[in-house]
Amino acid sequence: MLIQRPTDIPSSEITPREHYEGRRAFLRNAAGLALATTLPRAFAADRLTGRPGPYSTTETPTPFKNVTSYNNFYEFGTDKADPAANAHRLRTRPWSVVVDGLVQKPRTFAIEDLLRLAPLEERIYRHRCVEGWSMVVPWTGFPLAALLKQVEPLGSARYVEFTTALQRDTMTGVGWGSGLDWPYVEGLRLDEAMNPLALLVFGLYGEVLPNQNGAPVRLIVPWKYGFKSGKSIVRIRLVEQQPQTTWVKANSREYGFYSNVNPEVDHPRWSQAKERRLGELFKRPTQMFNGYGDQVAMLYTGMDLRKYF
Amino acid sequence: MQRTLPYLKAVLFLLCLVPLAHIGWRFYQDDLGANPVEALTRGLGTWGLNFLLITLAITPARRITGWHWLLRLRRMFGLYAFCYITLHLTSYLWLDQDFDWHEVAKDILKHPFITAGMAAYALMVPLAATSTNAMVRRLGGRRWQSLHRSVYAIGILAILHYTWLVKLDVTQPLLYGLVLALLLGLRALWRSAERKKQLAGGYAPQPTYKGKRVIPITVKRGP
Repeated sequence: MLIQRPTDIPSSEITPREHYEGRRAFLRNAAGLALATTLPRAFAADRLTGRPGPYSTTETPTPFKNVTSYNNFYEFGTDKADPAANAHRLRTRPWSVVVDGLVQKPRTFAIEDLLRLAPLEERIYRHRCVEGWSMVVPWTGFPLAALLKQVEPLGSARYVEFTTALQRDTMTGVGWGSGLDWPYVEGLRLDEAMNPLALLVFGLYGEVLPNQNGAPVRLIVPWKYGFKSGKSIVRIRLVEQQPQTTWVKANSREYGFYSNVNPEVDHPRWSQAKERRLGELFKRPTQMFNGYGDQVAMLYTGMDLRKYF
Repeated sequence: MQRTLPYLKAVLFLLCLVPLAHIGWRFYQDDLGANPVEALTRGLGTWGLNFLLITLAITPARRITGWHWLLRLRRMFGLYAFCYITLHLTSYLWLDQDFDWHEVAKDILKHPFITAGMAAYALMVPLAATSTNAMVRRLGGRRWQSLHRSVYAIGILAILHYTWLVKLDVTQPLLYGLVLALLLGLRALWRSAERKKQLAGGYAPQPTYKGKRVIPITVKRGP
């Protein structure tokens, strides 16, 4: 039986950071005490913390090890273990993000400047993949809206197009026959992008994003299937027409522009009614808009979500 | 071979259990990665398919090598395929669906990869059930053989099941598909060659005597 809870979680209920960070430290120590003592700082990732932000879930975060070893980042291979094995090659410095298109003040942000654009927050979000699995991740970042406001979108801008990095020399999965067009492109309607849930992310678990999770900057749109949340973003363009996104181009029958998490609209080949939360034995029911209906359902009033899947 | 075959069979019997033990042990040790249930289900499915292809490879291998004793191993491989696929199906019914038969029925009707997988399993059950010597005798060789030809359909359905569940990268199912195509293709090739031979009038060269055709008389010699 499901116990009804308010979806807006008061910050007092959020798991204190040191608790789940403690889980990680434990895992790390268990993984190899020898390694931990001989090379303690050399391999330790840089810290990147933020103050607790709104909309966090009280659900238990998925262990760091799982969040960083089970990834879809096809530029580095199609197996979910491939990105963790191959993405170390990705060059994340220097890095800049071009923000242009239908904006008053187009600008190129060096990653260092982008990080300082708004106060960093930590938000614990559910993350649901179109393949039927899910995780809970403490992300560090700030609302995408904060960036968009800086460049002042024009009245004609209706969509936001996200282009992600294409480094042919470091990416092992972008060759001929990979089945997708590179670079990877995703998109949102402008009002979706301005929704306070949409996050520009620089870190997870209080550390700088590991490469396989989309370093140095990625998007997180928690009410949509994971592939909508592009990794390693290099360009954000405001446009009038709905962008041609990578998965829609690859197979428009199976992947729609909206791709909101919706247990009632199946993928043509498999059910979306349930999901396997990593670490759990049995599947659990998938929630409409991944449980973020209170924040986003009004974006889609009057829309037939079977048609605009 | 007659004498060593039982030993070979015993060794192979144990070897066939190794993948199961390996998957089971890693699952128990939580060593199957971030999504162990998926790894378990897929591992069992993949090994089921491996054994199915090994079973289908027996006849061509026997024909090419002339080692007829290979046939004596076929039932074991076939039953192992059935065993791994039964576990694969159980893992789906239990861990994915929690035995919610209504959901299972919906899944079979709505999602082609489930439909294909279930159809393949439904065809496997009678083959497993008629695998004993007693059942072969009861059915009679010819009927038993025509029933067991459905293994070709099972192979094709299994490849479809695999191909349709993959999101984008179909390399792996394609490789399995090629192996199956080779195994079935060889049979088709040999069959058509045989048919041509039959139509041409016989398996052996026509016997002649002093340039004329003769009707041979077969003399059967004592015990």
